[in-house]
Amino acid sequence: MTARTATGEVELIEVGGGDRGPASAESRPGRGGDGGAAPLFPQRIYISGIVLALAAMLMFFMALASAYVVRKGLSGDWIPLGLPRILWLNTAVIIVSSLTIERARRLLAPQAAGLRGFRGWPRRWRGWWGLTTALGVAFLVGQLIAWQQLAAAGIYLATNPSSSFFYLITTAHGIHLLGGLVALSVVGFRSWPAEARVNHSTAVTVSAIYWHFLGALWVFLFLLLLVGR
Amino acid sequence: MANNQSGSGSRLVAATLAFILVAFTFSTIYVFAARVWWPPETISLMGPVIDAQLVRTLIICGVIFFLAQLLLAFVILRYRDRGQRAHYSHGNNTMEIIWTSATAILFLALGIAAESSWAELRLRGAAPGAVQVEVTGQQFAWNFRYPGPDGTFGRTDPTLINDSAGNPLGVDFDDPAAQDDIITPVMAVPLNQEVEVILRSKDVLHSFFVRELRFKQDTVPGLAIRLHFTANKVGRYEIVCAELCGMQHHRMRTYLEVLPPDEYQSWLQEQAAF
Amino acid sequence: MATEAHPLVHEAPQGFVWKYIFSKDHKVIGIQYLLLAMVSVVIGMYLSVLMRFHLAWPNAKLPFSDDIMTSEHYLALMTMHGTIMVFFVLTTAPQSGFGNYFLPIQIGAADMAFPTLNMLSFWFTFVSLMVMVAAFFVTGGAPISGWTAYAPLSALGEIAGPGLGLGQTLWIFSLAIFCGASLMGSLNFITTTLDLRARGMSLMRMPLTVWAWFITAILMLLAFAVLLAAGVLLLLDRLAATSFFIPGGLVVSDQLIAHQGGSPLLWQHLLWFFGHPEVYIAILPGMGIVSHVISCFSRKPIFGYRAMVYALFAIALLGLMVWGHHMFVSGMSPYSAFAFSLLTMCIGVPSAIKTFNWIGTLWGGKIRFTTAMLFAIGFVSVFISGGLGGIFLAQPTVDIFLHDTYFVVGHFHLTMGVAAIFGMFAGTYFWFPKMFGRFMNESLGKLHFWISFIGIYAIFMPMHFIGLAGHPRRYADTTGVDFLAEMNPVHLFITIVALVTVGVQIVFFLNFFWSMRKGKKAEINPWHATTLEWTVSSPPPHDNFAGRPPTIYRGAYEYSVPGAPQDYSPQHVPEGVSAPVSDR
Repeated sequence: MTARTATGEVELIEVGGGDRGPASAESRPGRGGDGGAAPLFPQRIYISGIVLALAAMLMFFMALASAYVVRKGLSGDWIPLGLPRILWLNTAVIIVSSLTIERARRLLAPQAAGLRGFRGWPRRWRGWWGLTTALGVAFLVGQLIAWQQLAAAGIYLATNPSSSFFYLITTAHGIHLLGGLVALSVVGFRSWPAEARVNHSTAVTVSAIYWHFLGALWVFLFLLLLVGR
Repeated sequence: MANNQSGSGSRLVAATLAFILVAFTFSTIYVFAARVWWPPETISLMGPVIDAQLVRTLIICGVIFFLAQLLLAFVILRYRDRGQRAHYSHGNNTMEIIWTSATAILFLALGIAAESSWAELRLRGAAPGAVQVEVTGQQFAWNFRYPGPDGTFGRTDPTLINDSAGNPLGVDFDDPAAQDDIITPVMAVPLNQEVEVILRSKDVLHSFFVRELRFKQDTVPGLAIRLHFTANKVGRYEIVCAELCGMQHHRMRTYLEVLPPDEYQSWLQEQAAF
Repeated sequence: MATEAHPLVHEAPQGFVWKYIFSKDHKVIGIQYLLLAMVSVVIGMYLSVLMRFHLAWPNAKLPFSDDIMTSEHYLALMTMHGTIMVFFVLTTAPQSGFGNYFLPIQIGAADMAFPTLNMLSFWFTFVSLMVMVAAFFVTGGAPISGWTAYAPLSALGEIAGPGLGLGQTLWIFSLAIFCGASLMGSLNFITTTLDLRARGMSLMRMPLTVWAWFITAILMLLAFAVLLAAGVLLLLDRLAATSFFIPGGLVVSDQLIAHQGGSPLLWQHLLWFFGHPEVYIAILPGMGIVSHVISCFSRKPIFGYRAMVYALFAIALLGLMVWGHHMFVSGMSPYSAFAFSLLTMCIGVPSAIKTFNWIGTLWGGKIRFTTAMLFAIGFVSVFISGGLGGIFLAQPTVDIFLHDTYFVVGHFHLTMGVAAIFGMFAGTYFWFPKMFGRFMNESLGKLHFWISFIGIYAIFMPMHFIGLAGHPRRYADTTGVDFLAEMNPVHLFITIVALVTVGVQIVFFLNFFWSMRKGKKAEINPWHATTLEWTVSSPPPHDNFAGRPPTIYRGAYEYSVPGAPQDYSPQHVPEGVSAPVSDR
């Protein structure tokens, strides 16, 4: 269970002999948090934390997905669900939002900051970040429209197992996405004092990792609902 | 070092603990070996195979149990603190490899030895011409249905189920195949003939358990599970429920009658007359 | 270092509420968890006493009551006993309790990685327990579907039996909250272990307790997410008329149920995908504590440290792949039984490795029989006895007969119940001087051990015996089945021993609370142990190391090193320094 991340910040200490002398201890970098790290670098524990949280979320959605496959395979009462066409648009929106948040993240990356200094980027950063947030809201609105269309067709949660799973999976994903939107808003609008426990770079990186995950997760769930009809 | 010495390394403590371990080990082995408690004599053709695997497991586990507990007792006695210096060692890779591979071989061999009987019990279907009995569990009773002379079970429909009107299984008596179906609250099977049971449930999970048959299978609503057994000893045996099914779970009991073939036939006719 | 603010060092809180109730200090939270587990274990034990009483004297009025226990009452107690013990005792105390208190100290960290999350995790657990206990007091009472809550019994609602209405709903809500708490907790444990180790604390220098908590946290992270999903599905079946687990055409009490085509086996797969790892969640921390204690009181390094770590990983990994062995007679495909059976047998291998390594550690040692050590040795013995029962149950052919009998009850009580609790007792007697600066009374401790050790064997081995004779479990009484009559004397015997064994636990509680105030004072390192928790004062200060994280020079179990000045070489003392700094 190594928690390697996109930024490569987390590395496990090499699995070394427990009884090695102090020399090897001195040669290793300190592991005591990030007390001395430059505030521009993402802080390791938060990256680890989000990656682990995503692992748990993945297990949750995998449990739902395998329940979907098993329930469909076992029963004779499954009626394939015609997915609302707006889901294709929503999928496109969330993929684009992944690209825009990545653009924002890279603007804030230490290298970029180092090259351009602290001036110049915050406004462009805010633009990309705001765009991502707006796309996220658009996605959620799109999902609501999809529900509305299904409900208008008389398809509700308990109509058929296929619709039960559709509502359940989209709701679960939507709740997680809503959490992501809250994070994006906080990160986008808060001012980041230098002495903040979580620095700006960390907040941006963590939000971006979470947002990418939600996008990829949605693509997977959409394919499941589409192909596994 | 003053505070932690109270009773440390005491001969009395070591001896008491070792004694308890030894006494426990021997008494446990006695109860198993003398079969103080044991499954009742089997009446199933496959029973001896299952029992043989049980005994095989008991012997292997018994030997490991005996050696491990006594080794623990020995170590406690032998290495209690008598002022000696402990032996400085981080382990021994050769020994790790030996006991890892030894237990792996032993346990896997035991597991594989059990697989063929499982295949015989659960993978092979019943022989054609086996006596068919449909077993249906409900809160808190067992129902048994025989297809009657036509050898075909009649159609059932859950909307027709009515316990008080005497149709606990919802048999559709408009179906010609249902006319001769026999429904009973006890189960009878002929001696030395293969019986195919079709296990169903009306409501929640139950489990059809006959100790003497070495037979246990959950009945699952929505599924019809087909299994088979051959009873080879005449007698009356208890059928109990082994899966929690609600308030009266512990009273969900009936009987299995193993009858010689002629008595079985007359029993069937008797039941049909009702 | 002092000027560089450690991001995790939060100011010591002021005021009672922030210091002791909504504290973010991992040590306070650890003790809160332990107290919560103590309350839960008292409730759980009380329920089991009532059940044992009823099994021995089915027609007698309950003590302090005018009622004879009904079967639904019995099943409600059984469900709640199982649930409270599994979740609020066995998951809470060894992992969240001791783990919270000692994991950060043992790796040289000032606190957990996310102190606020840690506090939330405890309070979620607390709310979860309140919701669970509330199930007793609603209409219909507590659920009667067992801690496994097999669908459709658990999914149908009140019609299927008392307690299956609101009681069962609260039960599901409680577990959902508990899942949230466990996910927060495990995320914290893993991050802390990965990122906050002190300088020089390489993975292979970590105490085995830390390894056990770390691996248990990984299991929790993966398993509880699945339980949460299962709980959501069950809740929807109950409240939103979906049909995930309820098949079509069910007739309950002559009433047709309006659900379609769900699968009861789906619930079992999801539940046991969580449920089997849960067994290891309960016992792995105990294994860690026992390794820790045995090494210390044998005055010897752990025999085969690496093998111990790999065995923990192997048990956890295999534990995630063997859930089907609970389902051999469930109607699951008989083909899958082959794989589940052999994988389960494989768990015997790392378990044997651990057992042999514990005995190997004792071998050639200089064994001191403190109460902590006695419980650790007791753990090894119980783990051998209980573990071997698993070899029977892992084989589908043998399991046909033993499944859902008292053999299973005896087996899992010995392994995940008693062994895990012995691990907790070992930890309590061992770490009490660190947590409270005082010793627990050793004489009372030994009395507690002797009676408990004999008692648990006298309770749970006979359960194996009557299970072998085919006694089904979860029976409210034995009067309905003829062949059970001859086993009644065993029930009587078990009940009497259980009353005595439960009685002696009162001695433990008295000893615990008396020693907090009046116990003999303990110095910093009373057991002459090597790991970091013994380098700080007892109890440790708010941020553990006063802003000066230690540097680690050696493995966790360097006892009796030839040529060393004492028979223990603490992890933080450089080579050539004669006495531990903290002891001077």
